[in-house]
Amino acid sequence: MEILSKVHAKNLVAWADKHPEVVVLSADLTGSTEIDLFRDRYPERFFSFGVAEQNMISFAGGLAREGYVPFIHTFSVFIYRQALSQIVNSVAYSNLPVKFFGFLPGITTPGGATHQAIEDLAVMRAIPNMTVLEPGDATEVETILDSVIDDPGPVYVRMLRGEIPRLFSADDPFVLGKPRVLSEGDDVTIVTSGICTEEAMRVTSVLKERGLSVEHLHVSTHKPFDGQELLPSLEKARYGIITMENHSIIGGLGSEISEVVAESGVSAKVSRLGLKDTFAHGGGRSYLSRFYEIDALALVGAVEKVIGKTLEITEADLQGARIEAVHSLAKEEAL
Amino acid sequence: MVEEKEKIKKHAQGIRRRVLEHVVRNNGGYLSQACSAAEILSALYVRVMRLGPSQGNLDPPDFSGVPGSGKGERVSGGSYNGPIQPDLDRFFLSPAHYALVLYTALIEFGRMGEQGLDRFNQDGSTVEMIGAEHSPGFELMGGCLAQTLSQAGGIALARKIRGETGRNWVFLSDGEFQEGQTWEAIQTLSHYALDNVGVYVDVNGQQCDGTTRSVMNIEPLASRIEAFGGRAITVDGHDIDALVEAGSAIGQGKPLFVLCYTDPCRGFPLLEKRTPKLHYLRFTSQEEKDEYKSLLIGTEEL
Repeated sequence: MEILSKVHAKNLVAWADKHPEVVVLSADLTGSTEIDLFRDRYPERFFSFGVAEQNMISFAGGLAREGYVPFIHTFSVFIYRQALSQIVNSVAYSNLPVKFFGFLPGITTPGGATHQAIEDLAVMRAIPNMTVLEPGDATEVETILDSVIDDPGPVYVRMLRGEIPRLFSADDPFVLGKPRVLSEGDDVTIVTSGICTEEAMRVTSVLKERGLSVEHLHVSTHKPFDGQELLPSLEKARYGIITMENHSIIGGLGSEISEVVAESGVSAKVSRLGLKDTFAHGGGRSYLSRFYEIDALALVGAVEKVIGKTLEITEADLQGARIEAVHSLAKEEAL
Repeated sequence: MVEEKEKIKKHAQGIRRRVLEHVVRNNGGYLSQACSAAEILSALYVRVMRLGPSQGNLDPPDFSGVPGSGKGERVSGGSYNGPIQPDLDRFFLSPAHYALVLYTALIEFGRMGEQGLDRFNQDGSTVEMIGAEHSPGFELMGGCLAQTLSQAGGIALARKIRGETGRNWVFLSDGEFQEGQTWEAIQTLSHYALDNVGVYVDVNGQQCDGTTRSVMNIEPLASRIEAFGGRAITVDGHDIDALVEAGSAIGQGKPLFVLCYTDPCRGFPLLEKRTPKLHYLRFTSQEEKDEYKSLLIGTEEL
């Protein structure tokens, strides 16, 4: 598996060349949110606002009214926690094309509870006019910007940075509202998003070896969330549906799937893996995903529970599915 | 200028009278804001701002849906302040509970019909009690306070990039200086040298809970603003010459703040009985209402 670095940084510079209306706004995290290359290439389209997100977002609303398309870049928590009223009143109400690129989703940072965005999907999804996206690999990071700019209103992108795997073929771009079917089967349906998709892909390969028929979906559009697209995959799950996300189990992917299941009348149990209504703390990604049970082993456990039998899958089996050389390159990100 | 001064004075009195009329008729309302801000708004509309003719209907439109709901275009109350053109000024009123005062000002200057006020706070109307983007005279969502200055800053930044000559005027209330975002905005306006922004502040010393001094002191306002990189000019907010003169200081390298110290009971000393709770007037008895009603007698000629 290919691992790429600074995917957004390089892609944005190339992409922005044909979008002169795009301006980038930074709140003192220019290198940390991969807009340093943009700043160097287009200094006249780059605006520094210092550590003052509320004012930055209201300014963005003003710029958007005048025909510019501001790309806000900072850590997610400093967008939706620090400046929710500004998102609502200066941008979202008026359906203005301000695009929010929020970094450090969930447990992807050792920065601890102040830096980990664990309820961003719940909050942003609830705001009228807001589109909510979450790329899961390098291909999606590279191809999401066309959908972002085509949307006439505000968009929140739960962004990845640093070293990112390419899970999906480079010629298979992000498509708004379109879930990816990564595996087909009718015993269990697993739905994942963001960094959890890679983890689940390792599990599904082992499950198949054990004779289990697994449907695996990757979701990268949280809103608008089209249940119809997913319905066939949800209906056929003989034992049940499992969601796994790098987010609170309240308000994110697990809630989205549960809403579709409830409203459509599909008869299936939904098991939600994610942060179980808890804050996390500072630590490495693999430690945190193990501790909070959002890793491959936790997914195996959830599958066993759903089908009602043990599969004798060990950590060694799962590690065997990993490409070790790839992961030894991916270091924990510093702030 | 003498003639113009009389005009500003006449319209200021007209704003006060219309707001009082409305408050009496509706058994309450934001009266003290008219007392304090009448000369400021009148001076802005008559002399300071370069606005084109209103593009809005004399009859304000009914509510037709919020932006993005798929029900028609975004309705901007800013159309009442004239067309959007590079050489023309823009006006942004931040404390949206001054809506009644702004509506009466629009009536005074022929930008909205008198009948528009009959729609005030009525179901299905855009003439809302707290002005929203679709309300006559409003271009932004300012109701939660402290966001208009930043939004206007974004507009001013865009206009500066494009080399537009029109200026951007913001009306602020003094309570908004208790909000951190106001200071973030001033530091940014200063950082980007947005001298196409002119801010008139109604320093009436009043807020919901009582006097600003007792709720949370904001003084010394002028030196605080200067320390953040703005230019501050202090005037008597009822002195028409001073209000007009201060506006000419815009465009000199720094964002301009005209601090208009005002009397929240000006024109209706009866209000003083209510001190220090002047934010919203609600009559407590028929007797009190009659007292205010009696003030209307003879005001037509003012």
